[in-house]
Amino acid sequence: MHDKTLTELAAGLQAGEFSSRELCQAALERIEHLDGELNSFITVIAEQALANADAADRARDAGNAGPLAGLPLALKDIFCTQGVRTSCGSKMLDDFASPYDATVVEKLRQAGAVNIGKTNMDEFAMGSSNENSFYGPVKNPWDLSAVPGGSSGGSAAAVAAGLVPAALGTDTGGSIRQPAAFCGITGLKPTYGRVSRYGMVAYASSLDQGGPLARTAADCALLLETIAGHDVRDSTSVARVVPDYTAELETSLSGLKIGLPKEYFGDGLDPEVETAVREAIKVYESLGAKVCEVSLPHTHLAIPAYYVIAPAEASSNLSRYDGVRFGHRCDDPTDLEDLYKRTRAEGFGEEVKRRILIGTHTLSEGFFDAYYLKAQQVRRLIRQDFLDAFDEVDVLMGPTAPTPAFDLGAQKDPVSMYLQDIYTIAVNLAGIPGISVPAGFAGNRPVGLQVLAPHFAEAQLLGVAHQFQQATDWHLKRPAFGKEMA
Amino acid sequence: MAIEHADVLRAAHLARVGLSEDEATGYVDDLSRILKMVDQLQAVDTQDITPLAHPLDATQRLRPDEVTEHSQRERFQACAPAVTDGLYLVPRVVE
Repeated sequence: MHDKTLTELAAGLQAGEFSSRELCQAALERIEHLDGELNSFITVIAEQALANADAADRARDAGNAGPLAGLPLALKDIFCTQGVRTSCGSKMLDDFASPYDATVVEKLRQAGAVNIGKTNMDEFAMGSSNENSFYGPVKNPWDLSAVPGGSSGGSAAAVAAGLVPAALGTDTGGSIRQPAAFCGITGLKPTYGRVSRYGMVAYASSLDQGGPLARTAADCALLLETIAGHDVRDSTSVARVVPDYTAELETSLSGLKIGLPKEYFGDGLDPEVETAVREAIKVYESLGAKVCEVSLPHTHLAIPAYYVIAPAEASSNLSRYDGVRFGHRCDDPTDLEDLYKRTRAEGFGEEVKRRILIGTHTLSEGFFDAYYLKAQQVRRLIRQDFLDAFDEVDVLMGPTAPTPAFDLGAQKDPVSMYLQDIYTIAVNLAGIPGISVPAGFAGNRPVGLQVLAPHFAEAQLLGVAHQFQQATDWHLKRPAFGKEMA
Repeated sequence: MAIEHADVLRAAHLARVGLSEDEATGYVDDLSRILKMVDQLQAVDTQDITPLAHPLDATQRLRPDEVTEHSQRERFQACAPAVTDGLYLVPRVVE
């Protein structure tokens, strides 16, 4: 069962080939046997999952099962789950059990999905390799010496290893798409505001967006139509009708105009990654699409702008971790300032402190205009680049990441690590949707093709990705890791 | 703009993150290189460009000033490090 897609498993449940209990039990057994090496889960909730699987089986027998009834999923440990630890990969929240559910968690439960557990992640979603977790690094199932990508690396590795058929992640600068590319699966970052952020632990509020990681675009469509939609509890979520994404997957590619940003094929791009991406684009041409070169002239400013805006928002968002209302508290504080300072010094890891310090510095008196205001102005230029490009073409394509997954411990310099997100980060600044689909290999490590579309054009994006997966078999490849388990 | 040891300590104080002198020294080099990378922004002419705070250019919505939730004090204090009689406990501020 672990090789099947979410859509195939839903059909199997519907046909009575297996029960939800059997399906969830199989997932739990794989986690128990394989995750010791992978470290993709922080928390597994076996008893609760099996009880919910039984409830889904009963609902199906009674004829009132939801669209995801009985399907096991995992959630990045950034989504609040009532009564279950929500650590966000941090010592700060190691013993925090949320008193409420995130909106997406509620929506998944109402659709009948079974939450198996919470996946590992870079602390407070800050990272591109999943090496910044308080719970240790996650390994890439394609090559255990490689990183899975970050910050949703636990979700990506768990899906790639067949521990669960799909998972939710979040993407602030590429954190769904980059780990999806590194792990050879499909990952969708929706338009900013398409999915509620209520109950999603905040990193950078104007950039964060939750979305699905799964084997196929069809599975991502199924999940997106469940979790998307307006939420009165999130004032940044958008009140627009949620399309039937699954019904729109079969759109023809004939006449589709694809733009290749010339800035995405320059220096620093691994030759094997470039070859795989260009081969994928040839597939689109063979399916009737037209390809042309476009320019996104402010691409080189995306990382500098991001590393002002995101840390600035993070320094504000993370001020709530003060040891008073929830989370870690230092022992025997002498006064209130000592409580704050020692609690935060003990609770946060190195990368989180680095970003808080940068964010606080750039927002402080004398620096605000030169850094924060400037970055927000550049952000408008970056978004305008995309709007101009979409006047010419329907979608943009390029590599998701400049290299395949790198070795654990290989990137020691923070600035070099930040450059890993060079093709994904501008998308968050502009708020447009993007998807990464498996498109080949560089050595034994997967390569992702990134497809970008205008705001709220997820249906088109998913259709374009789905048509590629109908014509190729990269999404069907499975790592050798865990193959010995049925 | 280079960052110095005193700037790191100032930021740490503003953010209420306790750092030793040695730890602050360790961050000076990292933060300097990040700010050097960020300084590329200064080369761009952004005169007359309106800052973009929200990717959809949306403004904050207002909702009716109505009570929509009941008190959940016990529930939300259940995960607090220290409470008594429905109040969060912190060190005494005024002796």
